[in-house]
Amino acid sequence: MHTLEPILAEHPFLKGLKQEHLELLTGCASNIRFDAGAFVFRQGQEANHFYILRDGKVAVELFAPQKGAVAIDTYGEGDVLGWSWLIPPYHWRFDARAIEPTRAIALDAKCMRTKCENDHDLGYELMKRFAKIIEQRLDATRWQLLDVYGVRA
Amino acid sequence: MNGMVQSPMLPDLYKVQLVRRETDDTFTLELGPTAGRQPFRFSAGQFNMLYVHGIGEVPISISGDPGRPGMLVHTTRAVGAVTRAMRTLKKGDTLGVRGPFGIGWPVEEAVGHDVLVVAGGIGLAPLRPTIYQLIANRDRYGKVVILYGTRTPADILFRKEVEAWRARLDIEVYVTVDRATEGWHGNVGVVTRLIPKAPFDRTRTVAMICGPEIMMRFTALELEKRGVGTDHIYLSMERNMKCGIGLCGHCQCGSTFICKDGPVFRYDAIQGLLSQREI
Repeated sequence: MHTLEPILAEHPFLKGLKQEHLELLTGCASNIRFDAGAFVFRQGQEANHFYILRDGKVAVELFAPQKGAVAIDTYGEGDVLGWSWLIPPYHWRFDARAIEPTRAIALDAKCMRTKCENDHDLGYELMKRFAKIIEQRLDATRWQLLDVYGVRA
Repeated sequence: MNGMVQSPMLPDLYKVQLVRRETDDTFTLELGPTAGRQPFRFSAGQFNMLYVHGIGEVPISISGDPGRPGMLVHTTRAVGAVTRAMRTLKKGDTLGVRGPFGIGWPVEEAVGHDVLVVAGGIGLAPLRPTIYQLIANRDRYGKVVILYGTRTPADILFRKEVEAWRARLDIEVYVTVDRATEGWHGNVGVVTRLIPKAPFDRTRTVAMICGPEIMMRFTALELEKRGVGTDHIYLSMERNMKCGIGLCGHCQCGSTFICKDGPVFRYDAIQGLLSQREI
């Protein structure tokens, strides 16, 4: 039987993970596709998954009155989408919408949280990897705030 | 000095052939030599001092094609008294030109390597001559990848050309904006986010970076993290250049003069200076 384990093992986010942890993750994983224009998640909804993107493109958006949906960031092949599943109250803070047909592996958040609680080594390993992503995105956001391409940057 | 023996402080007169608005605050000047002048030969990455009569002189990178020396092309942002006056010039007006000055991009050293061009905002202008050369000699290089980050979709410089480069089958072009606007379906986020997606061989890549200093610093760090050697990363520094020949000291940065020793530097030669606040 084919499982998602080989794909997960090769993904940059999970590369080097112990075999036993990979197996635990695979038990929470499923394939998913989004058509262009489809929402991956919406602000305020429960964060029940996170996504490992295999191809396509997803925009993280914030809906602003009189402006509509404003894209803040885009993610594509090799990226990880969503960390609200890790932090209570486990609700999405933004919308995420596929802007191209997108294939991803969805990891069930409740399943993941339970496994992380039961195996703190797995939990710590994942937390370290997510912390790195959060750090990179915080750095990028700070840089964007500087408006470096503006005249007085 | 353009093949002529004369003082580097003495400008040549050039006639404005065309003023083209590129974006809301950037424009391109095409200059032709006055009668009897030789074609203007330069290397990609060099700059000229442009003098608007009665207003002043500013250093501006050459953004044209080194393979077409008959036309001198500069692209800049209207941001100070001189560049604002420059924007109002009309066909037939004259302008003083001193140059070309400085050391340019390592186009020859990059032969046989993958080439990664990373531009931020108006930093695409000083890199455009390099891109022209890479395209003109495409078979001499490995993969050619252009990463371009800018503020908004309306700020994309040389938009038609960027689209044409992107349509080629032998160059990879990725564009991202810091702030999306309605109708933009491309990438959003800082330019370093494009680096993991860029298909280049880190062991045989020469990277050329131009943009705001913060952008260049983050980009160089990200490339280092990806395994590109600091001796294979080049960036173009911008300082208050006045004389253009390393005499006046306005552009001194540590022990180097940006106008004479640069503006293009190998990253390992300038790395320490980028993090010093006092210079």
